Amino acid sequence: MDIVTGKNLIKYYKSFKALDSVSFFIRQGECFSFLGSNGAGKTTLMSMIYGFISPSSGEIKVFGKSLNKKNLPEIKQKIGVIPQDNNLDPDLSVLENLIVYARYFNIRKKEAIERAKELLNFVSLQEWSDMNVRKLSGGMKRKLTFIRGLINDPELLILDEPTTGLDPRSRKQIWDRIEILKHSGKTIVLTTHYMEEAEKLCDRIAIMNKGQILVIDTPENLSFKFSGNLEKVYLNMTEE
Amino acid sequence: MNFKRAIRVWQRNATVYRKLYRSSLALNFFEPMLYLIALGYGLGGFIKEINGLSYIEFIAPGIVMSSAMYAASYECTYGTYVRMEYQKTFDAILATPILFNELVLGEILWGATKSLIYGTIILFVMFLFGLVKEFQVLLLVPYIFICGIIFANLSIIATALVPGIDSFNYFYTLFLTPLFLFSGIFFPIEDMPSIFTELSLLNPLFHLVNISRILFYGSINENFIFESVYILFFLIVFMPFSFILLKKRYFI
Repeated sequence: MDIVTGKNLIKYYKSFKALDSVSFFIRQGECFSFLGSNGAGKTTLMSMIYGFISPSSGEIKVFGKSLNKKNLPEIKQKIGVIPQDNNLDPDLSVLENLIVYARYFNIRKKEAIERAKELLNFVSLQEWSDMNVRKLSGGMKRKLTFIRGLINDPELLILDEPTTGLDPRSRKQIWDRIEILKHSGKTIVLTTHYMEEAEKLCDRIAIMNKGQILVIDTPENLSFKFSGNLEKVYLNMTEE
Repeated sequence: MNFKRAIRVWQRNATVYRKLYRSSLALNFFEPMLYLIALGYGLGGFIKEINGLSYIEFIAPGIVMSSAMYAASYECTYGTYVRMEYQKTFDAILATPILFNELVLGEILWGATKSLIYGTIILFVMFLFGLVKEFQVLLLVPYIFICGIIFANLSIIATALVPGIDSFNYFYTLFLTPLFLFSGIFFPIEDMPSIFTELSLLNPLFHLVNISRILFYGSINENFIFESVYILFFLIVFMPFSFILLKKRYFI
């Protein structure tokens, strides 16, 4: 079953065309990546999947349903979003951030605390549970934002540049966790501009440039078809 | 629109407030007390009775309402703006099942809750001062909340329209301060030139002050009913604008 399908998606910001007739589908249980440089339209496309931005034209369906006001809360209940910027609540502690977020999903407090503790263990943040988030390092903030997106045990996970700006160790930690989530059967969509990240984690990759999808294929096929490593393929395709 | 989901937003703001209230409670509470003491006792020494009331008695009912007005206004201008533009709290919330209109409703209800907190505390202090004599003053509590809804709503409209956070000065100086000074809190508007009397009819605070004064010292009569209906009418007419304008602001 396809979890997300986009057909001829176009998005204008005033006269700027951010997405130019983009079509794709994402299968259940796969890890799918949108690879592209800054401004390629990745974030716009990701925001469309959870109904934050609506397309100027075209159709997008998630879990087989269109994203109208009636369906949206039900659909978002099953989605976990890890945004590019860590928009944590700066006045709250690590644990409070998770519990407040769980409330938006109508999760009971007792269950939320249990779940939060599990997730803090999952990324080894349990000792920081009562720390104010302002005092966390960049890597720890990222991990907290990451597990916050898992609080509702989502079926579909949207990761917008999950490791941008992280040191190699933190990046490796996040990658390991994404692998675990993938093996537990979650559908994962991520954007990145790191070839290595896409190649390592993803089953299929969509290479984007200037609001268009140039090609969608597995990392192996891309390397094979265009005879070269993914970086070479990418640089050739997105040439100015 | 799902009311329960709006309450989730309200709860988020309440959780943060519970952590930080010590730093803001005193401030919000101090200003109206200054007015009451400085003007009530200070200026009051030079003023004979107004409509049979001592000056401090005359201004007390209005001070309750103006403190409710300012509490909701601070919350839904600076507070909402910071959550929307700087902290990106809106972005985080909208990635969850909460819809935009529910988010706005949660913000308005929270602003009104701040009014309720400060308004009732000040009312209680006035009771300690011996200024509250009638049981019917308890009826004021829902009106404090309505006052909060009205000004939370107008403040959200301001938040949707300001180009930046510094521009709220215009909203306070050119809008709220005139409403405050010409609301009949400190002197009877009826004694001013007729243009002021006519303009004050458009001022929601003027009507809320009338309601408050009736509950403090009067008896519930047709005038009270008229004022109540007017206030509800005002609330309903302006309500949609905050939702429409903030949505426009946020998504562009």
